Amino acid sequence: MSARVFLPIDAGALALGADDVAAALAAHARARGIALEIVRTGARGLYWLEPLLEVARPEGRIAYGPVSAADVPALFESGFLDGAAHPLRVGRPEEIPFLTRQTRLTFARCGIVDPASAADYEALGGWRGLTRALALGAAASIEEVVASGLRGRGGAGFPTGIKWRTAAAAQADRKYIVCNADEGDSGTFADRMIMEGDPFVLIEGMLIAGYAVGASKGYIYTRSEYPHAIAAMNRALAAARAGGFLGANIQGSGFSFDLEVRVGAGAYVCGEETALLDSLEGKRGVVRAKPPLPAIQGLFGRPTVINNVISLASVPTILAEGAKHYQGLGYGRSRGTMPIQLAGNIRYPGLFEAAFGVTLGELVNEIGGGTATGRPVRAVQVGGPLGAYFPPALFDTPFDYEAFAARDGLIGHGGVVVFDDTVDMAAQARFAMEFCAIESCGKCTPCRIGSTRGVEVITRIQQGVDVEKNLALVTDLCETMKFGSLCALGGFTPYPVISALTHFREDFTRATARQAAAE
Amino acid sequence: MHEYSAWDDERAGEIITPWCTAEGGTLPALHALMAEFGAVPDAAVPLLAQQFNLSRAEIRGIISFYHDFRRTPPGRHVLKLCRAEACQSMHGATLAENLLARLGLTWGATTTDGALTIEPVYCLGLCAVAPAALLDEVPQGRLDVARLDRLVAATR
Ligand SMILES: Cc1cc2nc3c(=O)[nH]c(=O)nc-3n(C[C@H](O)[C@H](O)[C@H](O)COP(=O)(O)O)c2cc1C
Ligand code: SF4
Ligand code: FES
Repeated sequence: MSARVFLPIDAGALALGADDVAAALAAHARARGIALEIVRTGARGLYWLEPLLEVARPEGRIAYGPVSAADVPALFESGFLDGAAHPLRVGRPEEIPFLTRQTRLTFARCGIVDPASAADYEALGGWRGLTRALALGAAASIEEVVASGLRGRGGAGFPTGIKWRTAAAAQADRKYIVCNADEGDSGTFADRMIMEGDPFVLIEGMLIAGYAVGASKGYIYTRSEYPHAIAAMNRALAAARAGGFLGANIQGSGFSFDLEVRVGAGAYVCGEETALLDSLEGKRGVVRAKPPLPAIQGLFGRPTVINNVISLASVPTILAEGAKHYQGLGYGRSRGTMPIQLAGNIRYPGLFEAAFGVTLGELVNEIGGGTATGRPVRAVQVGGPLGAYFPPALFDTPFDYEAFAARDGLIGHGGVVVFDDTVDMAAQARFAMEFCAIESCGKCTPCRIGSTRGVEVITRIQQGVDVEKNLALVTDLCETMKFGSLCALGGFTPYPVISALTHFREDFTRATARQAAAE
Repeated sequence: MHEYSAWDDERAGEIITPWCTAEGGTLPALHALMAEFGAVPDAAVPLLAQQFNLSRAEIRGIISFYHDFRRTPPGRHVLKLCRAEACQSMHGATLAENLLARLGLTWGATTTDGALTIEPVYCLGLCAVAPAALLDEVPQGRLDVARLDRLVAATR
């Protein structure tokens, strides 16, 4: 007998024992004389079900999860290879409500495709965006991205097509495409999932970008904290090169382009685009003043398109299906879909790609199922360490760049981190300052010194020392950082701090209240 | 578990040389030294300065800027414990503090038997399986006291 199963190699699945499951499957199959092919895919992004094991059946895939190595003998006993009943059987993965509620465009293949196989990528609809771009021509491809309304998914939300137009218009001996895969925001893992689960879609997006603006070389700058993503990307690059999708005269088009992975060294600020460029040049990752824009003078002084992984990975579907399709989804000026990442203390953590406009409350309570601990939700940090903490009173906020900004927040890279009622918001505010102090590139005084001062002052507040005076001091400090910082590390650290002060003030006056009660 | 070579100027030179002609080759060269020697010791500075045609101060500046580059090799195993918000929401901070206290370590320090170094890390992209860690590059999720103790015990 022979059979084919799919099991994620995604780091999140590995963290829950997927490799042990793979080893157990192989051993038991061998003992039973079954020729078992185990395809290691990316994750679909349903982490409460990981490791999620899927069996290829004539009627489609049948999933079982969460599977541990200890479950494997019983799975064989009950006949899971025939899709038979078992307490862990979840049925057809496509019918799981968490997935049926999504609109998967960028993540259409993630968790399904074999991330090591260029052929599998093609079989599942890959390279169609590139083919259409080559047929349209460079200028028309850029206009397609402009028309889609795609905005940068790295955080700032700048229109991707406009950036490409600028780089295309710039004259230079060479141009670069740089993929920002530094994904440093806590609560985010969409870039990692794409690199581990569908790396060819990123390669295709970068090829389209390179063709559109006339670049010949691209870099994927990712983080040392992502060893599995690095390995997966390098595997895919080798496969793409072997298949004629990288190198000279790609698919006979006359367009030549190559890609390389470069790895950061544990500095959050290197996610900021100009610091990233300095780091890629081999220097300290210090933020540059703008202008000049990277699109005009970027890497090694050459015109450079720098885009987030998800921005670039969304381009193939835009080109393949047409700008209209993408632009037709969304809310206000936020067009298309956003891969939202539900993380932290949440019952159903994972990747939720949906058109903009879904509310924070729907995400946290309906889709995410509330907290993992079963306690009441108290605070949700959206948009990473520089994002604001929202209380449930603001759960009607739609996921949209402008709607979050209007409530003194940001959506950033789409991370949603849930906290239950045991959270101490003064500690969270203090951590925001501490993180800024640790990661500051040191260029501006308000960021470098202000953040360290911020830690001291909030510590005093926590101790109940001159609370009112120190609260005023923190607020002042935040104003100074907000307006006196060159980049968003110093400039946005006030968001988590001020939101904690505004919505959870009782956590800052607790020490005083305790003292008063004791007197 | 990593076996690192003892510092060797000649070997280091061989590792650095191919990166000298690459665009922005300093970071890859530093990573390559870390992979071979577990550290970028002071002895590497003049070598790097010469090969990349930079001043020693510039090289020192680059090395000290990045959290990853250590000047002395770590223990036989490295546990990178996440300290960022999603892991905090699942009480990762308490877990980490208690572990450090039990082992009598501070962040970045190595146990006296040389078995284990515990490093802070700010997000591993494992925020959906928090609290999380990497033990010698193997991801670990939904950590609790018992699991963490088992991982640590296995390193010693
Ligand atoms: C401190 C800081 C960290 C950042 N980290 C990232 C990151 O990890 N990934 C990313 O794509 N953008 C990050 N950004 C945003 C980038 O500066 C930039 O806006 C982005 O790479 C542009 O690509 P996009 O238009 O496709 O979003 C960061 C910005 C700041 C200020
Ligand atoms: S705000 Fe901070 S991180 Fe940004 S440029 Fe200034 S010092 Fe550097
Ligand atoms: S916050 Fe700990 S893994 Fe992301």
